[in-house]
Amino acid sequence: MQTKRPPFWQREKYTPYLLLLPAILTILFVVLLPLIFSFYTSFTGYRLIRPESLWQWVGLRNYERIFGDDDFWAAFVRTIVFLTIALNLEFLLGLGIALLINKITWGQRTLRTIMMFPMMFSPILVGYQFKFVFNDNIGILNNALESLGLSDGAIPWLVDTYLANFAIIFAEVWMSTSVFAILLLAGLFAMPRDPIEAAKVDGCNAWQVFRHITLPFLMPFVFIAMTIRSLDVARAYDIVDVMTGGGPAGRTELLWTLIARTGYDNARMGQANAMGYISIILSIAFTYYFFTKLIASRRYMGGAD
Amino acid sequence: MAEITLDKVVKRYGKLEVVHGIDLKIAHNEFVVLVGPSGCGKSTTLRMIAGLEDISDGAIRIGGDVVNDLPPRKRNISMVFQNYALYPHMSVRENLGFGLKIAKQDPKMIEERVAEAAETLGLDALLDRTPAELSGGQRQRVAMGRAIVRHPEAFLFDEPLSNLDAKLRVQMRTEIKKLHQKVKTTVVYVTHDQVEAMTLADRIVIMRDGNIEQVGTPMEVFDHPLNTFVASFIGSPPMNLLPATVRGGAVHFTDGKSLPVPSRLAGKVRDGQEVTFGLRPDDLTPQGHGIAEGGERAQMELEVILSEPLGTETILYTTIAGQEAQGKMYGPRPVSPGERLVFDVALEKAHLFDAATGRSVAAD
Ligand SMILES: Nc1ncnc2c1ncn2[C@@H]1O[C@H](COP(=O)(O)OP(=O)(O)OP(=O)(O)O)[C@@H](O)[C@H]1O
Ligand SMILES: [Mg+2]
Repeated sequence: MQTKRPPFWQREKYTPYLLLLPAILTILFVVLLPLIFSFYTSFTGYRLIRPESLWQWVGLRNYERIFGDDDFWAAFVRTIVFLTIALNLEFLLGLGIALLINKITWGQRTLRTIMMFPMMFSPILVGYQFKFVFNDNIGILNNALESLGLSDGAIPWLVDTYLANFAIIFAEVWMSTSVFAILLLAGLFAMPRDPIEAAKVDGCNAWQVFRHITLPFLMPFVFIAMTIRSLDVARAYDIVDVMTGGGPAGRTELLWTLIARTGYDNARMGQANAMGYISIILSIAFTYYFFTKLIASRRYMGGAD
Repeated sequence: MAEITLDKVVKRYGKLEVVHGIDLKIAHNEFVVLVGPSGCGKSTTLRMIAGLEDISDGAIRIGGDVVNDLPPRKRNISMVFQNYALYPHMSVRENLGFGLKIAKQDPKMIEERVAEAAETLGLDALLDRTPAELSGGQRQRVAMGRAIVRHPEAFLFDEPLSNLDAKLRVQMRTEIKKLHQKVKTTVVYVTHDQVEAMTLADRIVIMRDGNIEQVGTPMEVFDHPLNTFVASFIGSPPMNLLPATVRGGAVHFTDGKSLPVPSRLAGKVRDGQEVTFGLRPDDLTPQGHGIAEGGERAQMELEVILSEPLGTETILYTTIAGQEAQGKMYGPRPVSPGERLVFDVALEKAHLFDAATGRSVAAD
């Protein structure tokens, strides 16, 4: 007797795809279509105020223009420097905080909760908060410095090139250090005690135990944090936009503020999308780099016991 | 010279005292095994010797120097942990050489020592693997190799074999014994397995609830247990411990049966004393089925409840003084439940403990 083949949606081979279909459709409409659309517009002279320009094909002109633009390159380099300094500072501070909290036995839960507060604020609010901290006339920082007699004039925190970039990095680090601290603390909690004790008996002092045992064990957690952070670091746009708006005179311009200005203020959507693509590739490159590091450092942790 | 001395060592966690002032002298190159039930403070004692736990009171000396306040790295000892505690991110070679590298030894010398340890433990083929790629027995060997490359003054083992399966455990036990004969060093070895203790030890230290109950060679603690705890802990199957009363030179059980007081203990008991009569299953054998005939004997007729043939011998379960007691039948023949047999009691091997204190009457 021959059984009839069931219709394809009932065959086992297709079941996983069938079950994934809603997710695939959602991603398709919410992520992929806009991506393709913006990729297309990066080859047009699309201006927000003139919808018909969407059909004006200009080939690679947008890309040529950005690559020849000094302002773009300045923002590009500044973004990479910003990422490098911010991520490393967040890592070091987060590590320090995690190590300290791991040491104390009393009040640890409370501290852990308090530590998460910065993550609960919207970046916009963080931006406003630090805008008022660093404001040269009414900011509490300048006020405090003057009251303590440490400075006599108003320090232009948000105007001077170095100070403004410092202020922005400071705000970003304040907001995101806890991501590192929390993930590294989780790593420290998961850390087996035995290898540490073995190392002590093997002749290590406290620093050597940290350097040779604790830190290598924490590296996967560091890379997880780095991966997550390099995906969502673009949220710093809010902070920069509120605190300095990329100014004065482009001194704090990052890729993200430049893109927003080009697309919305100057209405050159096509060109903005071309920059957007470059910033996506930059973000993917950072993520990919940390992800491969993560995979490599995870490999030996399989038999950690 | 690495003689280890514990002098009234106390360990407290907060208000809870878990080790109550123990004294112990471990001679140079001696293999001492700490044994006892779970939670009796063996690991705590070992970790105090290693320097991984603070000492609340008393003193520990290694090679004559008080080491109470020395960190582990300054005590020149090696420790093998129950969970191996290998460094997961290092290869076997790096694991072995780590201690020497930290001590800033010459790389050539490290290489030689690692090769020597790998050879001793049969690790040559595994040197470039990471711990994740090793079996349990291999990890155990690496952990031991890591301990021996440093040529320490003493080895400390904390239940190193308890994560291995039964067969591997026996094999590794033999290897540890061989290793100690090759690498003559002081060893303190913790286990709760009395067979491991008996087979490995020069001297056994039996602990209970943070106290040392008895210290002696395996044969001493087996033949002359100081109290009922040691008597029941050492030996398998365990010694039968039966409540009885001494009256008129005989030991009377509650069920009316009686045996003469062993002649070597005759002067040590008084009339009317409540005692515990201790007899190993090997010394309770059906007539004609013992190991050694002769000596001081007495006979008892007992009903067999159950028999467990083991091949060369059969364990017989019977009842004395209302309690289950075990005997052994060498050169066994089939025995059916309910059968009544006349048993030989080897009185010269029997023990008497005071019922109130649990102490052996021979000890006083
Ligand atoms: N950090 C600690 N805080 C409080 N009590 C502890 C601590 N560590 C151990 N103890 C207690 O000390 C006692 C002895 O513990 P220890 O680990 O020495 O036992 P052990 O003889 O090694 O037992 P096992 O055979 O189960 O390993 C136990 O009652 C245990 O509960
Ligand atoms: Mg233990």
